[in-house]
Amino acid sequence: MPLLELRDLHIHFGATPAVDGVSLSLEEGRTLCLVGESGCGKSITALSIARLLPMPPAHYPRGEILVDGQDVLRMPSRQLQRIRGGTVGYVFQEPGASLNPVLRVGTQIREALELHRPEAATEAEVLRLLRLVGIPAPESRIRDYPHQLSGGMAQRVMIAMGLASQPRLLIADEPTTALDVTVQAQIIELLKRLQGELGMAILLITHNLGLVTDIGDRVAVMYAGRIVEEGPASEILTQPRHPYTRALLRSVPELGRSTDRLASIPGTVPSLGQWPTGCRFAPRCPEVRPECGHHMPELQEITPGRTVRCPFSEP
Amino acid sequence: MPSPALLEAEHVRVHFDVRQGLLSRVQGQVRAVDDVSLELASGETLGLVGESGCGKTTLGRALIRLIPTTGGVIRFDGEDITRMEGRALRDRRRHFQMIFQDPFTSLNPRCTVADILGEPLDIHGLTPSPEARTERIRELLRGVGLDPQHANRYPHEFSGGQRQRIGIARALAVEPRLIVCDEPVSALDVSVQAQVINLLQDLQQQRHLAYLFISHDLAVVEHLCHRIVVMYLGRVMESGPASELCREPLHPYTRALVSAIPVVDPASKRPRIMLGGDVPSPIDPPPGCPFHPRCPVAEARCRAEVPVLRTLDGGRSVACHLV
Repeated sequence: MPLLELRDLHIHFGATPAVDGVSLSLEEGRTLCLVGESGCGKSITALSIARLLPMPPAHYPRGEILVDGQDVLRMPSRQLQRIRGGTVGYVFQEPGASLNPVLRVGTQIREALELHRPEAATEAEVLRLLRLVGIPAPESRIRDYPHQLSGGMAQRVMIAMGLASQPRLLIADEPTTALDVTVQAQIIELLKRLQGELGMAILLITHNLGLVTDIGDRVAVMYAGRIVEEGPASEILTQPRHPYTRALLRSVPELGRSTDRLASIPGTVPSLGQWPTGCRFAPRCPEVRPECGHHMPELQEITPGRTVRCPFSEP
Repeated sequence: MPSPALLEAEHVRVHFDVRQGLLSRVQGQVRAVDDVSLELASGETLGLVGESGCGKTTLGRALIRLIPTTGGVIRFDGEDITRMEGRALRDRRRHFQMIFQDPFTSLNPRCTVADILGEPLDIHGLTPSPEARTERIRELLRGVGLDPQHANRYPHEFSGGQRQRIGIARALAVEPRLIVCDEPVSALDVSVQAQVINLLQDLQQQRHLAYLFISHDLAVVEHLCHRIVVMYLGRVMESGPASELCREPLHPYTRALVSAIPVVDPASKRPRIMLGGDVPSPIDPPPGCPFHPRCPVAEARCRAEVPVLRTLDGGRSVACHLV
């Protein structure tokens, strides 16, 4: 049984659909990258897993979110509390905005421990967690306030908090976006090392395809509320089959690959709820055909474990 | 014969006072930019690369006189503009403009696009009649790939990529010769980034513009720039032609920076040099080479002596004792 399984998940904000029939699964100890541009629904999907979206306006007209086989959407709140920050830990994009500015770092980690592992809410455990995420001289750091930390250090503290409950699934939502490349590389290495040591599964939400090579076992590419392509990371990066994935890969400049012009995707990402009929990528697709505008293509399995939402995709 | 430089900076320094306490006494200085020299020719793109806090934005702003310099000389088109003031400076400003990072905060939300593009035209008195002004605004919008019909819309009615195009049109309004681009694509979606990069390249070819392109993304910089300057804690670590510098970086910092860039194609993965720690605070920079606390090959000399920027063959220079 997969640790996390989304089945035909629909999320609406009021009457506006934001996530439109997403199915995903993640095995224990593995990494799944959810890739897409802003507004594609990737962060909303991530937040829904522990039901962190405010309801209303968010609601779930259809679908299931199974964590360990149990549906989060139909769970009593006591049980949900054990999932939130328990089985499922979160690391968010902006560490500066996610940490409480008026509490010392040590206090904040201890708070997470008191909620989920009260028996371990000791200074020794806080120090162990800080050491685990590679913070030098943690004894002096626990008395620091968040503003005294650099971006990379603050993100390490966030990861330590996410790990406080010994989660089996760590959801990292753009954990390196606000960081410099050298620090980004440190954080990705740290996540990989922690996964090796602790055996947790990671759901990494990112817009950066480059990170996928480093850490992902599997990749799901989202566009306008739907998954357009899913499969093993190495295959999708080298042989993308959906025109959107291909265009996305071509539009990123790569070091040492000299091209005069980048292949850009015309137009802009459609905003929430203003999705075109038929294939949602059709208006921007370089390989568009007349029939693409008529009906939404289904996600088809092209090889075992690999699906694509485009009937015309050629290898 | 080398073409004369459009923009020349010699030993430019920008220091800020650090004030603390009740009476705001000066407690120290941040050497945001420390002894930087560079040259930029007409029609050339120079990339300014480094991590946050390295002084690249401060340098970019100082070079076009948006913030005062502490020392050094800035020449534009052979003329010293370092201490120029008032009317004389305003006349020169027409020739150097800026594009900002965040297209959401750099456009006045209460002005229509026509107001935003018209203002620089009015300031510099570039359009003789209201008709000519309207026509010029329409022409500018077309030039950056926007619909001239949209001139009466407000910034919030546009997407991020479209807003960045408005910012570019505003910079182009006065027909500058140099544009300082401060992270112009980092706030944009990947698919839109490529559009704006291509637009900048097209405009450069059409108008023979010079760009000072400030970015933390070495891959974008390599793609767009002719030459690159790598900064760390306010100092130049290395500079040289873009492709050579990225293919064969000399300075240990540049090497680490190149190796830290995520690579999409697993086949072309480079061995990664992992840098420990963060960029030190510029208030309290380390002695000797500013990079030595994070440098994987640092020696005793690096902790004591500041390396000078040495010129090498092929237009490259590097500030490292060990290269």
